[in-house]
Amino acid sequence: MKFPVRFLVPALAFAVLVGFFVVGLRQDPGQIPSPLIGKPAPGFSLESLGDPGWKVGPTDFAGRAWVLNVWATWCVGCRQEHEALLAIARDNQVPIMGLNWRDDRALALRWLTELGNPYASVAFDPEGRTAIDWGVYGAPETFLIGADGIVLRKHIGALTADIWQQDFVPLLQAGAGGG
Amino acid sequence: MRVLILAVALCLSPIAGAVDSGQRFEDPAAQARYEQLIRDLRCLVCQNESIADSNAPLASDLRREVRVLITEGRSDAEIRTFLTDRYGDFVLYRPPLRPRTWLLWSAPVLFLLGALGVVAVIVARRARAARADPHALDEEPERP
Repeated sequence: MKFPVRFLVPALAFAVLVGFFVVGLRQDPGQIPSPLIGKPAPGFSLESLGDPGWKVGPTDFAGRAWVLNVWATWCVGCRQEHEALLAIARDNQVPIMGLNWRDDRALALRWLTELGNPYASVAFDPEGRTAIDWGVYGAPETFLIGADGIVLRKHIGALTADIWQQDFVPLLQAGAGGG
Repeated sequence: MRVLILAVALCLSPIAGAVDSGQRFEDPAAQARYEQLIRDLRCLVCQNESIADSNAPLASDLRREVRVLITEGRSDAEIRTFLTDRYGDFVLYRPPLRPRTWLLWSAPVLFLLGALGVVAVIVARRARAARADPHALDEEPERP
């Protein structure tokens, strides 16, 4: 009986390969897990987009949960998610700070005038220094920071009302209930 | 002659294609460290390029960051930690040995052992066949 050895080994190798593909191909290589989750939010003090004389940073929200949204006028996904951000701001759920990344100040201000401004404040990071501290590698990216200053969640790509409801709101409610 | 010019041009093209426009370090050792580091760091936007090869704005930001850290006198290990603290092990083209990378690092050895196992089985089977029928292999030498 030759069957087992001749066919079992390649069949087994094939099964292992399929296993790797099933796991590997389901992962989106564009979604790199952030090592910041569960760690204190990186600090910064940057010029405000609208007022270069004014500094903004995480300490503005000390003791409160807040959202950091990385955006730029060259970013298509940022335009897609803008409505969702405006809705969150309208509901007054949580303050959103914008991190305007590698952008032009005049263009960014015009964007906010034309599309509406969902941000409590916008930090201006034209050289992307602060973005590196936050592990930003593409816009839009959205972070949720708890009242204790710990990063709770990162979303990579355009935010939608559904994603917000599903991934962010429960964390916000858990934080509000616990604290 | 034209062929020669073309050959020389092609040989020089990797140099012309280098994307790093930053200043060189005065200290050759620092320059060498810088070049080694940026070759081993992955560009997170265009994931199959190192930050040495990538034109992406983020890659140029990260090169600038590495340059600054070297100037500040940080060690290679500190610079790698600086980047993995922010971007995770994914930025490293040489992932560190951890429980979740054991399989990755041991894969070459496992493949080698597997191949040796296959060879051993084939050799043993042929030896048995040769013993059973000394002329079996003469007729069909290609048969596995």
